[in-house]
Amino acid sequence: MATASKKLPGSLSNNPDLDLWIGINTDGTLTVRSGKVEIGQGLKTAAAQVAAEELDVSLTRVRIKTADTAESADENVTSGSRSMEVSATALRFAAAECRAIMLDMAAERLKVDKDTLSVDDGTITSPATNQQLTYWELMGGKKFARKATAAFPPKPPKDHRIVGTRVDRLDLPAKVFGQPAYVHDLDLPGMAHGRIIRPRHQGAKLASVDTRAAESLPGVIKIVRDGGFLGVIAETEAAAITARAALHAAAHWDAGDPLPNEDQIYDWLVSEDTIENGCVDGNHTDQAPAENDPPKDAALTIESIYARPFLLHGAMGPACTVAQMDGAKLTVYTHSQGVFPLRRALKNVLKMEEADIRCIHMEGSGCYGHNSADDVALDAALLARALPGRPVRVQWTRDDEHCWEPFGTAMVVKVRASVDKGGKVADWCFDIWSNNHGNRPKPGPKESALLASRMMDGGLPAQSTGPAQGSEAGEHRNAWPGYEFGAINITKHFVKNHPFRTSSLRGLGAYANVFGIESMMDELAHASDQDAVAFRLAHLSDPRARAVIEATAEAIGWGQDVAEADGAKKGLGIAYARYKNTAAYCAVAVEVEVDEQSGLIRVTRAACAGDAGEAIAPDNIANQLEGGLMQSVSWTLKERVRFSPSEITSVDWETYPILTFREAPEVEAIVLNRPGEKFLGVGEASQSPTAAAIANAVFNVTGVRLRELPFTPERVKAMIQEARRT
Amino acid sequence: MSQNFTLRINGADQKVTAEADTPLLYVLRNDAGLKSPKYGCGAEQCGACNIIVDGEKAFSCTLTVSDAAGKDITTLEGIGSMEAPHPIQKAFLAEQAAQCGYCTSGIIISTKVLLDKNPNPDMDAIRIALQDNLCRCGAHSRVFRAVRRAAREMSQ
Repeated sequence: MATASKKLPGSLSNNPDLDLWIGINTDGTLTVRSGKVEIGQGLKTAAAQVAAEELDVSLTRVRIKTADTAESADENVTSGSRSMEVSATALRFAAAECRAIMLDMAAERLKVDKDTLSVDDGTITSPATNQQLTYWELMGGKKFARKATAAFPPKPPKDHRIVGTRVDRLDLPAKVFGQPAYVHDLDLPGMAHGRIIRPRHQGAKLASVDTRAAESLPGVIKIVRDGGFLGVIAETEAAAITARAALHAAAHWDAGDPLPNEDQIYDWLVSEDTIENGCVDGNHTDQAPAENDPPKDAALTIESIYARPFLLHGAMGPACTVAQMDGAKLTVYTHSQGVFPLRRALKNVLKMEEADIRCIHMEGSGCYGHNSADDVALDAALLARALPGRPVRVQWTRDDEHCWEPFGTAMVVKVRASVDKGGKVADWCFDIWSNNHGNRPKPGPKESALLASRMMDGGLPAQSTGPAQGSEAGEHRNAWPGYEFGAINITKHFVKNHPFRTSSLRGLGAYANVFGIESMMDELAHASDQDAVAFRLAHLSDPRARAVIEATAEAIGWGQDVAEADGAKKGLGIAYARYKNTAAYCAVAVEVEVDEQSGLIRVTRAACAGDAGEAIAPDNIANQLEGGLMQSVSWTLKERVRFSPSEITSVDWETYPILTFREAPEVEAIVLNRPGEKFLGVGEASQSPTAAAIANAVFNVTGVRLRELPFTPERVKAMIQEARRT
Repeated sequence: MSQNFTLRINGADQKVTAEADTPLLYVLRNDAGLKSPKYGCGAEQCGACNIIVDGEKAFSCTLTVSDAAGKDITTLEGIGSMEAPHPIQKAFLAEQAAQCGYCTSGIIISTKVLLDKNPNPDMDAIRIALQDNLCRCGAHSRVFRAVRRAAREMSQ
């Protein structure tokens, strides 16, 4: 019987070797490998849970290893909330298959029927003969040397003992007890320390620098200059920092092009040259839709414009890499989200053989998308190349990070929506203006995403950018409203001119798009005199979408009177999105307090419900939901990249303030577990609804509609004053 | 010019050689091998480098080695260990009160200083004690729960 070859599940399709995923060690431990990386999202623990479950071993036997170009599967980049979907799925099938292979081996060895065998913590027992064999005795340190077939179905959810239970994160003890846990903590024998010198304008170029004063400082080993790239290597970290300051003082820069007016950045976005694309039935099209008029029989039509500023990833720990050049071989310890793409990018810039470069992932500070992790790897490689044989540790400074990480782009979203006489949305026109959302290293030897490349003599120029071509990619992400509306028209205006380097920031376009969609849903509900929860439910038939909204509404006490505290007015707001329209479902509700005198908004309580399909690690899903919500409260209330015509002026946490513990709400996260359903990425799910939930709550309290982010006190105060005047 | 200093770190004397104005952070991390204090901003804005000096919270990114000499220095490593965890560390694990964990060391340090002085803090006191510690992952709500749990368990 001929059978069509079926695609293997998850990342097995590109990485079918079982040995890339599972190794049985002679000491009774198991090595479980993922080609994804830990970025504080709990990947290591979830991967270990899945493998231990299918192999019937206790979690304590599992040694988890993540991406390393010399050892692991090539799972490209850890991004887009896809690790569970592709990596955990691959591990699940690989582990089930490894277990089946070992049971076959045991049956043969013990001369019993395979189906009579049972496994407990890696020990296989034949009840018939009362014989036992362990996995590690069976394998004797050998590899499986087999390709996956995925012919062995994983356990049914009812048999799960580890998956779906609360398991403490494997990576947290080291962090709570102060043990080395990050690439930042790596200390290799003979290690030197490097720092990089850059201006505060991304277009400025190094004109000249007299390096003599820095060279004569104690502990300085070498100043490394290659065209416009300038770095220093010293014996100690303190000496490197002192020399960096001296080089900053000595360097002269040619000014870059003037930056746009920060106060008019949204006007700037919509007035620039653009490339237009469209979206039909949720899918990308090269053609922008024809303009249309609202339906003549509409009961009401509203048009509103919403906007978000340039935002920082803002890792707590500035980017760091340890690199070492030994002969022709380069080793790079990195917190990059994609060690394989990074290796290719380094190869292209350094003109090396790919086989001579090894990129090993070690944890870094949380990154929330594509930040400076790849850039610092090239910086460190350039310094290591100048000091062969010694490891060089490079860490960016706080202002390096604030000025040079690729920002999340500013966006403007215009929504025109019409409600029919039955109270349903009959027509929806959505326009998006955006810079680039995806500037991770791409294959190809002619350009480079890595920052230093464009500064070096003969370096590859900056990677060119263009509109995202995929559905749910870049600015397209969550542009398609997840609701059952009448006609939907979406136009994407990709703004060609880029005043800053921009790349993927958690949620990509979803943050602005969902802010627009969910604010408009509130505007429409209010204008047509409908309850905001009921209005959403009336446009959603998917029971899982409805369930997260209903659970969130219940948790925040929707429909109940909100207690007034100390005379300050409080109100509630809610918003919903299914991330990428294909990943986790999430609704967010907040209670806010608004001080009309100062314009200060406080989020006093927050609740969210998420459905990530089958929950491997429910508490960690809750952690992701809570964290995304909290980070989004910070973005929404406080954050924007600041700049003057000549330079970036948000250079530290004072000039780019983020949410503090004084301001943080208490968050209740509810995980709706769906055993047996597909894993759905949840790491970015709560980010996007949060902005609109806050705006909707502020409207609920004050009657003032906030459409421009961030909702700073000055802006809110001005909006309220204007509303009260008219 | 490098000088010799004797530092009292986690109850033991340690001799180091450094320039007098070297921030203690780099001496702790690179000379004493204590990696818990982290570089975050170098300007007392984020708390990732927090340590305890003579019972008070300090920012090791700006405190110089010469100013720290002769004082009683405690880092996260000195508070408890996997074998003998401090109740605060147990509470942070019980509440899984971190994501990437880069800020966790400083937050536990601030919690320790708070609870040493005020064993039964209300939410305002907790918020004020942690106001100099930034967390980018958004684990704030879990940290609140961990601090309350630690206070509860330490007072029993």
